[in-house]
Amino acid sequence: MTKLRVLIVDDSSVMRKIVERSLRQAGLDLGEVLEASNGVEGLAEAQKGKLDLILSDINMPSMDGIEFVRNLAGVESAKGVPVIMITTEGSEARVVEALTAGAKGYIRKPFTPEQVKERVSVLVGGNS
Amino acid sequence: MSPSLSHAAPAQVRPEPVWKTILESAAVEVFEMMAGVRLDPIQITTEEPQGDRTAMVGMAGALCGMTSVRCNAETARKLATLMVDAEAAKNPATVGDALGELCNMIAGNFKSKISSLNDRCMLSVPTFISGEDYVLQPATPSEGFNVALLYDGGQVWITLVAHS
Repeated sequence: MTKLRVLIVDDSSVMRKIVERSLRQAGLDLGEVLEASNGVEGLAEAQKGKLDLILSDINMPSMDGIEFVRNLAGVESAKGVPVIMITTEGSEARVVEALTAGAKGYIRKPFTPEQVKERVSVLVGGNS
Repeated sequence: MSPSLSHAAPAQVRPEPVWKTILESAAVEVFEMMAGVRLDPIQITTEEPQGDRTAMVGMAGALCGMTSVRCNAETARKLATLMVDAEAAKNPATVGDALGELCNMIAGNFKSKISSLNDRCMLSVPTFISGEDYVLQPATPSEGFNVALLYDGGQVWITLVAHS
């Protein structure tokens, strides 16, 4: 099985570390893990090559996660790449907004590695 | 804040006594899930939160106010170590980031447990303060409460202040 190339977008470096650790604890075979601290940086990373999975926070400065997902539609290398939003937002409207923009799922913080596995395994098939 | 707040001003929700228990429960869950540690609630011996590290998250919508997490520098460093690692937690910026994220998740977890707030109250990005020589004075009349948890001998104060 090919190792997954993953992009994690969050303005908190601590959360990026926790998300990566949770993916590993969930049993995903991770290859390169790219990081970005907002949507603008995330788009730049997404343009550098094919990804297997993107996880993004919603509330971020410069460009939030919903705008990031909308803009991903214009990035050739990101077409078809599943995006999961990771957020403290309990607002159904914001979640629906993210899903409408193109996200394939969401994980609410706080989360357990099991919850991450449950959401991610559906989208990346047999890797986990 | 979310742009969706601009569509309509939701009816204001007043804090209820049971919220204190809910906030405590929300905080315990966050520390357990994200830092892997069980913090025990403790009896508060003073009404004023103490500590030289504070993270705050603003709340707007059905509840306007803020949630804060306050503890001393050593406890903040220990919590950051649990979330990342000891090396990263030597960086004060990482400690601030960690405490801010904990505060953000506690506020989010708290409002998700209250149906009248969940969909109608938005959170700001966290703010972090180093130092303890300050007094928090909300701009309008306010009400609120504190809960305190204990981690490895250090107190962790969680405060909710709501504009009334």
